[in-house]
Amino acid sequence: MSLVFSGVCSHAPGITGRAARAPADQKDALYAVFDDMRARLHAARPDAVIVIAAEHFANFFMNNMPAYALGMSESYEGPIEDPEWLAIPKRKARGDLSLSQRLISEVQQTVDVAFCEEWRFDHGIMVPLHFLDPHNELIVIPANINCQGPPLTPLHRAWAFGEALRRAADAVPERIALVGTGGISHWPATPDSGRINEAWDRDFLDRWSRGDKDAMLAYTDTETYAEGGQGGFEIRTFIAAAAAAGGKGTVHHYQPIPIFAVGCTIGTLEIV
Amino acid sequence: MSLYQLSKLLYELNRDDTLKTRFRADPRDIVSGYTLSEEEREAILRPDIGLLYVLGVNGQILMHFAALCGIEWSDYLQRMRDGVKQHGPVRAGIYAMTTSVDEKISGA
Repeated sequence: MSLVFSGVCSHAPGITGRAARAPADQKDALYAVFDDMRARLHAARPDAVIVIAAEHFANFFMNNMPAYALGMSESYEGPIEDPEWLAIPKRKARGDLSLSQRLISEVQQTVDVAFCEEWRFDHGIMVPLHFLDPHNELIVIPANINCQGPPLTPLHRAWAFGEALRRAADAVPERIALVGTGGISHWPATPDSGRINEAWDRDFLDRWSRGDKDAMLAYTDTETYAEGGQGGFEIRTFIAAAAAAGGKGTVHHYQPIPIFAVGCTIGTLEIV
Repeated sequence: MSLYQLSKLLYELNRDDTLKTRFRADPRDIVSGYTLSEEEREAILRPDIGLLYVLGVNGQILMHFAALCGIEWSDYLQRMRDGVKQHGPVRAGIYAMTTSVDEKISGA
């Protein structure tokens, strides 16, 4: 029928795996806004949710790295990580093969997306689902943008991917929600873990909230790496979510939490 | 220097429970299936997380290998700092350290 929801959230594994090590008030505030995002998502009554992730070598590697991928399976398992390390139990999420096929066919009109009949979720999808679909009720269609193994896809192509997902969502009879997940500035899994460039994050979120395509696409990867770290490459997921929605964004939460290694962010976008 | 092969070993190890079991039983046998330099092979077998980090292994793979080796989060971060102290700056990849070896930004 149409795209009925578009939002973004952080997915750092520390959000669940190191929850007890964060200041309780900061953790509780973040979790409360995740609860609010879940309510907004479910209020949109989606038949399926596309999660645009920036996965971390759970499925894709430099032997054959797709810039863009979409899942095409009846089910997906995760997390690939040790469930105790991530503090998220294993689950089998429902997919929808037919819906995937129809979405992919439409996306391919403008973006040469890879399709995957196998896909195991890592924290990039499992952390969002843990909060947004705690009872494992939703049908999930995983999407991926390579943000890990350079050369990386240009930002304007991430925008084009978001637009293609929107066109595809509007072309099927199902009600489609979309969640982009990633960090803004962060240096995860390095000794710098916990470094967060709040000023750079807030500037990005300002561009994102205004729906300012040109400003969002103005970053070079060299600038992003210097100011936002290798984790900053994940702005591609926020950009794709913005392109799909087409409207202005609202940041419901932004709070740097160093032990979670990221400025924890939750936002939603106006569908235009 | 065969960072690709080194990274591929850790990638396959992290996502394959059967390979994990075989690695625990006979790590040298698993490692022999990849074209590695002597330094890379020893870094895996010890395991020397700090050296693996300096060699340029992507942190998203390395942190799971550390967890597989029973190394908890703060210890993992410290081993990378110690690796840079001992072996010098990160030689490849996009996970270079940008802070000083004595900083603990996340408090961990």
